[in-house]
Amino acid sequence: MRKAFAEAVAALAESDPRVLLLTADLGFMALDPFSDRFPDRFINVGVAEQNMVGMATGLAEAGFIPYVYSIATFASLRAYEFIRNGPVRHGLPVRIAGVGGGFEYGAAGFSHHGLEDLGVMRLQPGLTVVAPADPAQAREAVLRTAVLPGPVYFRLGKDDRAVVPGLGGRFELGRAVTLRQGSDVLLVTIGAIASEVVTAAEELTSRGVSATVLLVSSLNPAPVGDLAQALASHRLALTVEAHQVTGALGSLVAEVIAEGGIGCRLVRCGVRESGAGLSGGQRELEARSGISAGAIAGTAVEQLARLAPVVR
Amino acid sequence: MAQAARSVSSKEIRRLVLEEAKRAGVGHIGSGLSVADLVAALYGGVLRIESPDDPERDRFVLSNGHAALALYSALHLRGWISREQLATYCAPETLLGVHPEHELTGVDFSTGSLGQGISMAAGAALAARLQGSPRRAFAIVSDAECDEGSVWEAAMFAAQRRLSNLVVIVDRNHQQALGYTRDVIDHGALVDRWRAFGWDAHDTDGHDVAGLQGLLNGFDYAAGPPHAVIAQTTFGRGVSFMESRIEWHYLPMNEEQYALARAEVMAS
Repeated sequence: MRKAFAEAVAALAESDPRVLLLTADLGFMALDPFSDRFPDRFINVGVAEQNMVGMATGLAEAGFIPYVYSIATFASLRAYEFIRNGPVRHGLPVRIAGVGGGFEYGAAGFSHHGLEDLGVMRLQPGLTVVAPADPAQAREAVLRTAVLPGPVYFRLGKDDRAVVPGLGGRFELGRAVTLRQGSDVLLVTIGAIASEVVTAAEELTSRGVSATVLLVSSLNPAPVGDLAQALASHRLALTVEAHQVTGALGSLVAEVIAEGGIGCRLVRCGVRESGAGLSGGQRELEARSGISAGAIAGTAVEQLARLAPVVR
Repeated sequence: MAQAARSVSSKEIRRLVLEEAKRAGVGHIGSGLSVADLVAALYGGVLRIESPDDPERDRFVLSNGHAALALYSALHLRGWISREQLATYCAPETLLGVHPEHELTGVDFSTGSLGQGISMAAGAALAARLQGSPRRAFAIVSDAECDEGSVWEAAMFAAQRRLSNLVVIVDRNHQQALGYTRDVIDHGALVDRWRAFGWDAHDTDGHDVAGLQGLLNGFDYAAGPPHAVIAQTTFGRGVSFMESRIEWHYLPMNEEQYALARAEVMAS
C-alpha cells in the first residue's frame, strides 16, 4: 500500500502544485514514486514527527496540502497533540499517513505495532479517518479525499501486492462495502486484515455457515447507515480489527447497535493486551489475538452455537 | 508602518493588560507585562501586515500563548479588534480567552500548549520559501518553553534548511510556572545554545523597543541561517511589586493592587 500511496500522491502533485510530501525519515524506496518526480516537494524532516506535523500546519495555513508520512504508531501517537492542536484545531488540509497498522511490523516488536492509531484518531472531530484494505483501495482513498478542506489520517498496510477479493478498489467516504453477502453471521472489518476475514468467510462456507463480510474503510465519517442495515439483518456480528479492541471498529459497531436499538449480538475480535514482550511473525501475532482467518472462523462457529435457537 | 509605530506603544499595551486582567479578574499578568515590549516592537514597526487577511502578510505565532492579553492589546492598537471586543477578554463564550485562537482577527495560529508554535512558524517560513514569497515568520517563545524537546526539533530543521525568513524571540524572563529556570531547568547562556543549533542568535534587552526594532529590521531575511533573539526580560515588568514574582503568573489583582499597578505604568 505504501507504493500505491506514493504513486497516488504523485499523481495528485502532477496537477496540483500545492501538494507536498513530508517524511520523518521513513519510507526507504517506498516513497520513490514521489521523491523521484518531485524532489523539491519531498521533505525529509528527520526523526521528528512532532515538528513534521507542526510544520505541516504552518505549510497548510499558507495554502499547501502537505502529506506527512511515518510508521502508524509514531505518526499517530508521538505527534498526537500536534495533530489535535494543529490540523484538527485549525481545520487545515494536512494528510497524515501511518504505515504498518496492527502487527505488520511484527518482528520489530511492541514499539512498532500500530494498535491504537484508529481509536485515538477517531476521537478527533473533523478528522477524516481512512484505513484502506488493499493497494487499489488505498489509491482510490487518496484520490477521493484529495479535495477535502480538513485533515485526513490514513492507516496504510505494508503489503504492496495484496488484493482483497470482491473489493475492486472501491472506496466511498461514509460508506461500507459489502464484500460478500451471507445470512448466518456478519463479519465487519477494517484495513488490511480484511483479507483474513474473507478467508475466514470461505472457511465458514465449508463448515456450512453463511457469512456476510462488510468492510469499513471510512471510520470517520462512519458508515452508520450501512452498518445499521447490515446489523439489523443478522443475529450475530463479529468485528475484526488489527487494533486494540477498544476505541475503533468494535466500539463504533457497539455504538451503532446501542444507539439504534438493534437486536444483534456483538463479539469484538481484536487485541486485548500490551505486547507481553512478544515479537514475531505478523500472522502468528494475529492468531494470538484471535484475528487470523482460522481464529475468526472458530469464534464465529462457537458464538453461533451459543445463540438461542430461532423459533419458527 | 510609521503610523503603526506611533500607535502601538508598550505603555498602552501594559495599560490595556492591566485594565482587562482586572476587569476579567484573571491572572497571567506577569507574562503579559514581560512580552509587552516585544509585542510592541513587532506590531509597532517590524511585522509587515497591510491587513490581517492579506495572504502575503508576515506570520506571527505567540507560542507562549498565555501572554495572549498583550497580543490582543496590540491587535486593538493596530485597529483590528475594537475596544469593545477587547473588553470580552475571558468573558463567557469569547474569542479572547487566556490563550489565543485563530478565529480572532489578527491571530494566525491557535496556541497554548507550549513547544508547538515554533514548528508552525517554521512551516510558515518554509511555505514562504517554497512559494518564492518575501513573507517572514516570527514566533515568541518563553524561556521555560525551551524545556520542550519539540522546540529543538524545529530549531534543527530551520537551521538545516537555512530558513533566514524565520525569527524566534525568546522571552528570557527566567520564570517557570513553579519557580525560576535556574532552579528547575537551567538553560545557562541560551544564546550559546541557539548558536550551537546553527542559528544567528543575539542577546538583547527585551524592554528596549527601539533597540529590538533596530536589531530585527537589520536581519538578513533573504539568505543565511534563521535568527534567534534572546530577549532579556523581567517577568511582570513595569509594576514593581509584580517583577520577578511568580505569584503574578496566577493571581488576579485586588482594587488596591490595580490602582498601584496602573499608576506605575501611567507614570512610566
